[in-house]
Amino acid sequence: MKFFEDIRVGDFTALGRYTFGADDIKTFAQRFDPQRFHVDEEEAVRSHFGALCASGWHTAAMWMRFVAEHRRREVEAAQTRGEPTAAHGPALGFRDLKWLKPVYAGDTIDYGVEVIETRVSNSRPGSGLVTTLATGTNQNGDRVISFVSTVFVQRRPDTP
Amino acid sequence: MREPKLYWEDFEPGAVTVYGPRLVTREEIVAFAAEFDPQPMHLDEAAASQTLLGGLGASGWHVCCLLMRMICDGFVLESASMGAPGVEEVCWLKPLRPGTQIRVRGTVLDKRASNSRPEMGFVKYRFEVLDETDEPITTLATTLMLSRRVPGAAA
Repeated sequence: MKFFEDIRVGDFTALGRYTFGADDIKTFAQRFDPQRFHVDEEEAVRSHFGALCASGWHTAAMWMRFVAEHRRREVEAAQTRGEPTAAHGPALGFRDLKWLKPVYAGDTIDYGVEVIETRVSNSRPGSGLVTTLATGTNQNGDRVISFVSTVFVQRRPDTP
Repeated sequence: MREPKLYWEDFEPGAVTVYGPRLVTREEIVAFAAEFDPQPMHLDEAAASQTLLGGLGASGWHVCCLLMRMICDGFVLESASMGAPGVEEVCWLKPLRPGTQIRVRGTVLDKRASNSRPEMGFVKYRFEVLDETDEPITTLATTLMLSRRVPGAAA
Protein backbone atom coordinates (compact mmCIF):
# COMPACT_ATOMS: atom_id res chain seq x y z
CA MET A 1 0.00 0.00 0.00
CA LYS A 2 1.07 3.59 -0.64
CA PHE A 3 3.08 5.63 1.82
CA PHE A 4 1.65 8.88 3.17
CA GLU A 5 3.89 10.99 0.93
CA ASP A 6 2.50 9.31 -2.19
CA ILE A 7 -1.13 10.14 -1.39
CA ARG A 8 -2.68 13.35 -2.75
CA VAL A 9 -5.97 15.11 -2.10
CA GLY A 10 -8.22 14.32 -5.05
CA ASP A 11 -6.83 10.83 -5.63
CA PHE A 12 -9.79 8.63 -6.62
CA THR A 13 -9.79 4.85 -6.72
CA ALA A 14 -12.52 2.89 -8.51
CA LEU A 15 -12.83 -0.20 -6.32
CA GLY A 16 -15.23 -2.39 -8.25
CA ARG A 17 -18.84 -3.09 -9.09
CA TYR A 18 -21.41 -5.32 -7.43
CA THR A 19 -24.98 -6.33 -8.31
CA PHE A 20 -27.26 -6.96 -5.33
CA GLY A 21 -29.48 -9.99 -5.98
CA ALA A 22 -32.74 -10.54 -4.11
CA ASP A 23 -31.51 -13.72 -2.39
CA ASP A 24 -28.26 -12.03 -1.44
CA ILE A 25 -30.17 -9.07 0.09
CA LYS A 26 -32.45 -11.39 2.08
CA THR A 27 -29.62 -13.65 3.29
CA PHE A 28 -27.65 -10.72 4.69
CA ALA A 29 -30.75 -9.13 6.23
CA GLN A 30 -31.85 -12.36 7.92
CA ARG A 31 -28.48 -12.39 9.71
CA PHE A 32 -28.13 -8.74 10.66
CA ASP A 33 -31.12 -6.55 9.81
CA PRO A 34 -34.33 -8.57 9.43
CA GLN A 35 -36.67 -5.62 8.93
CA ARG A 36 -39.64 -6.51 6.73
CA PHE A 37 -38.53 -4.40 3.74
CA HIS A 38 -35.16 -6.24 3.63
CA VAL A 39 -36.41 -9.85 3.96
CA ASP A 40 -39.82 -10.12 2.26
CA GLU A 41 -40.75 -8.89 -1.23
CA GLU A 42 -44.48 -8.59 -0.52
CA GLU A 43 -44.00 -6.69 2.71
CA ALA A 44 -41.45 -4.48 0.97
CA VAL A 45 -43.99 -3.55 -1.73
CA ARG A 46 -46.36 -2.36 1.01
CA SER A 47 -43.61 -0.40 2.79
CA HIS A 48 -42.56 3.16 1.98
CA PHE A 49 -39.60 1.72 0.02
CA GLY A 50 -41.99 0.12 -2.49
CA ALA A 51 -39.78 -2.90 -3.25
CA LEU A 52 -37.20 -5.19 -1.65
CA CYS A 53 -34.04 -3.24 -0.82
CA ALA A 54 -30.71 -4.00 0.84
CA SER A 55 -29.87 -3.23 4.44
CA GLY A 56 -27.70 -0.14 4.53
CA TRP A 57 -25.15 -2.21 6.46
CA HIS A 58 -25.02 -4.63 3.53
CA THR A 59 -24.27 -1.76 1.15
CA ALA A 60 -21.53 -0.56 3.51
CA ALA A 61 -20.03 -4.01 4.14
CA MET A 62 -19.64 -4.60 0.40
CA TRP A 63 -17.61 -1.38 0.18
CA MET A 64 -15.28 -2.78 2.85
CA ARG A 65 -14.89 -6.02 0.92
CA PHE A 66 -13.79 -4.13 -2.18
CA VAL A 67 -11.32 -2.06 -0.13
CA ALA A 68 -9.82 -5.17 1.45
CA GLU A 69 -9.43 -6.80 -1.96
CA HIS A 70 -7.89 -3.62 -3.38
CA ARG A 71 -5.36 -3.46 -0.51
CA ARG A 72 -4.41 -7.11 -1.02
CA ARG A 73 -3.80 -6.51 -4.75
CA GLU A 74 -1.67 -3.44 -3.99
CA VAL A 75 0.46 -5.36 -1.49
CA GLU A 76 0.93 -8.27 -3.89
CA ALA A 77 1.88 -5.94 -6.75
CA ALA A 78 4.44 -4.13 -4.58
CA GLN A 79 5.92 -7.41 -3.41
CA THR A 80 6.22 -8.56 -7.02
CA ARG A 81 8.16 -5.38 -7.79
CA GLY A 82 10.27 -5.87 -4.67
CA GLU A 83 9.04 -2.58 -3.16
CA PRO A 84 8.12 -1.94 0.48
CA THR A 85 4.51 -1.30 1.43
CA ALA A 86 3.19 1.13 4.01
CA ALA A 87 1.25 0.10 7.09
CA HIS A 88 -2.33 1.42 7.11
CA GLY A 89 -4.77 1.68 9.97
CA PRO A 90 -6.21 0.98 12.33
CA ALA A 91 -9.39 2.78 11.32
CA LEU A 92 -10.82 4.55 14.34
CA GLY A 93 -14.32 4.75 12.94
CA PHE A 94 -16.22 6.81 10.41
CA ARG A 95 -18.66 9.71 10.26
CA ASP A 96 -21.38 11.27 8.12
CA LEU A 97 -22.54 7.95 6.71
CA LYS A 98 -25.46 8.72 4.39
CA TRP A 99 -27.77 6.16 2.87
CA LEU A 100 -28.88 8.49 0.11
CA LYS A 101 -31.13 6.17 -1.89
CA PRO A 102 -32.36 2.61 -1.42
CA VAL A 103 -30.37 -0.19 -3.09
CA TYR A 104 -33.08 -2.32 -4.72
CA ALA A 105 -32.76 -5.94 -5.82
CA GLY A 106 -30.99 -5.92 -9.18
CA ASP A 107 -29.20 -2.61 -8.64
CA THR A 108 -25.51 -2.48 -9.58
CA ILE A 109 -23.30 -0.35 -7.37
CA ASP A 110 -19.92 1.11 -8.36
CA TYR A 111 -17.77 1.57 -5.27
CA GLY A 112 -15.05 4.15 -4.95
CA VAL A 113 -12.91 6.10 -2.51
CA GLU A 114 -11.52 9.62 -2.81
CA VAL A 115 -8.85 11.34 -0.71
CA ILE A 116 -10.25 14.58 0.74
CA GLU A 117 -7.61 15.57 3.31
CA THR A 118 -4.05 14.64 4.33
CA ARG A 119 -2.08 15.84 7.33
CA VAL A 120 0.89 14.77 9.41
CA SER A 121 0.00 13.16 12.73
CA ASN A 122 1.08 15.00 15.87
CA SER A 123 0.55 11.97 18.08
CA ARG A 124 2.39 9.53 15.81
CA PRO A 125 5.34 11.23 14.09
CA GLY A 126 5.91 8.20 11.86
CA SER A 127 2.41 8.41 10.43
CA GLY A 128 0.14 10.70 8.50
CA LEU A 129 -3.62 10.95 8.69
CA VAL A 130 -5.55 10.41 5.49
CA THR A 131 -9.24 11.29 5.33
CA THR A 132 -11.30 9.72 2.57
CA LEU A 133 -14.82 9.91 1.19
CA ALA A 134 -16.22 6.46 0.45
CA THR A 135 -18.89 6.29 -2.25
CA GLY A 136 -21.31 3.91 -3.92
CA THR A 137 -23.17 4.90 -7.09
CA ASN A 138 -25.96 2.99 -8.81
CA GLN A 139 -26.47 2.18 -12.50
CA ASN A 140 -28.42 5.43 -12.98
CA GLY A 141 -25.54 7.53 -11.72
CA ASP A 142 -27.24 8.25 -8.39
CA ARG A 143 -25.10 8.11 -5.29
CA VAL A 144 -26.58 5.60 -2.81
CA ILE A 145 -24.03 5.70 0.02
CA SER A 146 -21.19 7.89 1.24
CA PHE A 147 -19.20 8.24 4.43
CA VAL A 148 -16.00 9.86 5.69
CA SER A 149 -13.21 8.04 7.49
CA THR A 150 -9.70 8.80 8.67
CA VAL A 151 -6.84 6.29 8.93
CA PHE A 152 -3.20 6.40 9.95
CA VAL A 153 -0.83 5.79 7.02
CA GLN A 154 2.88 5.15 7.50
CA ARG A 155 5.31 7.84 6.27
CA ARG A 156 8.31 6.94 4.15
CA PRO A 157 11.05 5.84 6.52
CA ASP A 158 13.54 8.24 4.81
CA THR A 159 11.29 11.29 5.35
CA PRO A 160 12.92 13.88 7.65
CA MET B 1 -47.73 -7.08 8.51
CA ARG B 2 -48.17 -7.10 12.27
CA GLU B 3 -49.38 -3.93 13.89
CA PRO B 4 -46.28 -2.20 15.32
CA LYS B 5 -46.15 -1.76 19.09
CA LEU B 6 -43.88 1.27 19.04
CA TYR B 7 -44.44 4.46 17.11
CA TRP B 8 -42.47 7.72 17.06
CA GLU B 9 -44.63 9.02 19.94
CA ASP B 10 -43.41 6.20 22.23
CA PHE B 11 -39.73 7.25 22.29
CA GLU B 12 -38.76 9.53 25.17
CA PRO B 13 -35.51 11.54 25.24
CA GLY B 14 -33.36 10.35 28.14
CA ALA B 15 -34.67 6.77 28.06
CA VAL B 16 -31.88 4.17 28.42
CA THR B 17 -32.34 0.49 27.51
CA VAL B 18 -29.82 -2.37 27.49
CA TYR B 19 -30.11 -5.23 24.99
CA GLY B 20 -28.39 -8.64 25.02
CA PRO B 21 -26.18 -10.28 26.13
CA ARG B 22 -24.88 -12.02 23.06
CA LEU B 23 -21.79 -14.22 22.87
CA VAL B 24 -19.57 -13.45 19.87
CA THR B 25 -17.64 -16.52 18.72
CA ARG B 26 -14.36 -16.84 16.85
CA GLU B 27 -16.19 -18.72 14.09
CA GLU B 28 -18.59 -15.88 13.35
CA ILE B 29 -15.81 -13.25 13.49
CA VAL B 30 -13.80 -15.17 10.90
CA ALA B 31 -16.87 -15.97 8.77
CA PHE B 32 -17.92 -12.30 8.58
CA ALA B 33 -14.37 -11.20 7.78
CA ALA B 34 -13.94 -13.83 5.07
CA GLU B 35 -17.04 -12.48 3.37
CA PHE B 36 -16.79 -8.72 3.95
CA ASP B 37 -13.44 -7.68 5.44
CA PRO B 38 -10.77 -10.23 4.51
CA GLN B 39 -7.77 -8.70 6.30
CA PRO B 40 -5.28 -10.63 8.46
CA MET B 41 -6.32 -9.08 11.80
CA HIS B 42 -9.86 -10.45 11.38
CA LEU B 43 -9.03 -13.88 9.94
CA ASP B 44 -6.11 -15.59 11.64
CA GLU B 45 -4.63 -15.42 15.15
CA ALA B 46 -0.99 -15.70 14.11
CA ALA B 47 -1.26 -13.05 11.41
CA ALA B 48 -3.42 -10.85 13.67
CA SER B 49 -0.79 -10.85 16.42
CA GLN B 50 1.58 -9.09 13.99
CA THR B 51 -0.90 -6.27 13.30
CA LEU B 52 -1.80 -3.11 15.21
CA LEU B 53 -4.83 -4.96 16.60
CA GLY B 54 -2.42 -7.21 18.53
CA GLY B 55 -4.57 -10.32 18.07
CA LEU B 56 -7.71 -11.54 16.37
CA GLY B 57 -10.55 -9.02 16.52
CA ALA B 58 -13.85 -8.57 14.71
CA SER B 59 -14.18 -6.25 11.74
CA GLY B 60 -15.58 -2.92 12.85
CA TRP B 61 -18.31 -3.43 10.27
CA HIS B 62 -19.17 -6.72 11.93
CA VAL B 63 -19.60 -4.89 15.25
CA CYS B 64 -22.00 -2.46 13.53
CA CYS B 65 -23.94 -5.36 12.03
CA LEU B 66 -24.15 -7.15 15.41
CA LEU B 67 -25.42 -3.93 16.96
CA MET B 68 -28.06 -3.66 14.23
CA ARG B 69 -29.24 -7.23 14.85
CA MET B 70 -29.37 -6.72 18.62
CA ILE B 71 -31.48 -3.56 18.34
CA CYS B 72 -33.69 -5.28 15.74
CA ASP B 73 -34.41 -8.03 18.29
CA GLY B 74 -34.56 -5.44 21.07
CA PHE B 75 -37.12 -3.02 19.61
CA VAL B 76 -36.78 -2.19 15.93
CA LEU B 77 -38.76 -5.18 14.63
CA GLU B 78 -41.75 -4.34 16.83
CA SER B 79 -41.56 -0.66 15.93
CA ALA B 80 -42.96 1.31 13.00
CA SER B 81 -39.41 1.67 11.67
CA MET B 82 -38.91 3.44 8.36
CA GLY B 83 -35.16 2.86 8.31
CA ALA B 84 -32.47 5.44 8.87
CA PRO B 85 -31.03 8.16 6.63
CA GLY B 86 -27.53 7.44 7.91
CA VAL B 87 -25.15 7.32 10.85
CA GLU B 88 -23.63 10.50 12.25
CA GLU B 89 -20.58 8.84 13.78
CA VAL B 90 -19.10 5.46 14.68
CA CYS B 91 -16.08 5.14 16.99
CA TRP B 92 -14.26 1.82 17.10
CA LEU B 93 -12.72 2.24 20.56
CA LYS B 94 -11.49 -1.26 21.42
CA PRO B 95 -11.15 -4.54 19.52
CA LEU B 96 -14.01 -7.02 19.86
CA ARG B 97 -12.25 -10.27 20.79
CA PRO B 98 -13.59 -13.80 20.29
CA GLY B 99 -15.59 -15.09 23.25
CA THR B 100 -16.82 -11.69 24.42
CA GLN B 101 -20.39 -11.36 25.73
CA ILE B 102 -21.59 -8.07 24.33
CA ARG B 103 -24.57 -5.93 25.27
CA VAL B 104 -25.91 -2.82 23.60
CA ARG B 105 -26.95 0.25 25.57
CA GLY B 106 -29.28 2.58 23.70
CA THR B 107 -29.93 6.15 24.86
CA VAL B 108 -32.58 8.34 23.25
CA LEU B 109 -30.93 11.73 22.80
CA ASP B 110 -33.61 13.72 21.00
CA LYS B 111 -36.70 13.48 18.83
CA ARG B 112 -38.46 15.73 16.35
CA ALA B 113 -41.31 15.58 13.88
CA SER B 114 -40.51 15.70 10.19
CA ASN B 115 -41.35 19.04 8.61
CA SER B 116 -41.79 17.64 5.12
CA ARG B 117 -43.48 14.31 5.96
CA PRO B 118 -46.31 14.56 8.51
CA GLU B 119 -46.54 10.76 8.80
CA MET B 120 -42.95 10.48 10.06
CA GLY B 121 -40.67 11.54 12.90
CA PHE B 122 -36.98 11.29 13.79
CA VAL B 123 -35.45 9.77 16.95
CA LYS B 124 -31.79 10.44 17.62
CA TYR B 125 -29.96 7.66 19.47
CA ARG B 126 -26.57 6.94 20.91
CA PHE B 127 -25.79 3.21 20.97
CA GLU B 128 -22.84 1.69 22.81
CA VAL B 129 -21.60 -1.88 22.36
CA LEU B 130 -20.33 -2.92 25.80
CA ASP B 131 -18.07 -5.75 26.91
CA GLU B 132 -18.54 -7.78 30.14
CA THR B 133 -16.97 -4.98 32.20
CA ASP B 134 -19.29 -2.32 30.74
CA GLU B 135 -16.46 -0.77 28.75
CA PRO B 136 -17.58 0.54 25.37
CA ILE B 137 -16.11 -1.32 22.40
CA THR B 138 -17.92 0.79 19.83
CA THR B 139 -20.21 3.82 19.98
CA LEU B 140 -22.65 4.77 17.25
CA ALA B 141 -24.80 7.88 16.86
CA THR B 142 -27.71 7.65 14.45
CA THR B 143 -31.13 9.05 13.72
CA LEU B 144 -33.97 6.58 13.17
CA MET B 145 -37.08 7.32 11.12
CA LEU B 146 -40.38 6.08 12.55
CA SER B 147 -44.02 6.32 11.56
CA ARG B 148 -46.23 8.45 13.76
CA ARG B 149 -49.28 6.90 15.39
CA VAL B 150 -51.18 10.11 14.67
CA PRO B 151 -49.79 11.71 11.50
CA GLY B 152 -49.36 15.44 11.63
CA ALA B 153 -50.53 15.88 15.21
CA ALA B 154 -48.68 18.43 17.31
CA ALA B 155 -45.56 16.84 18.77
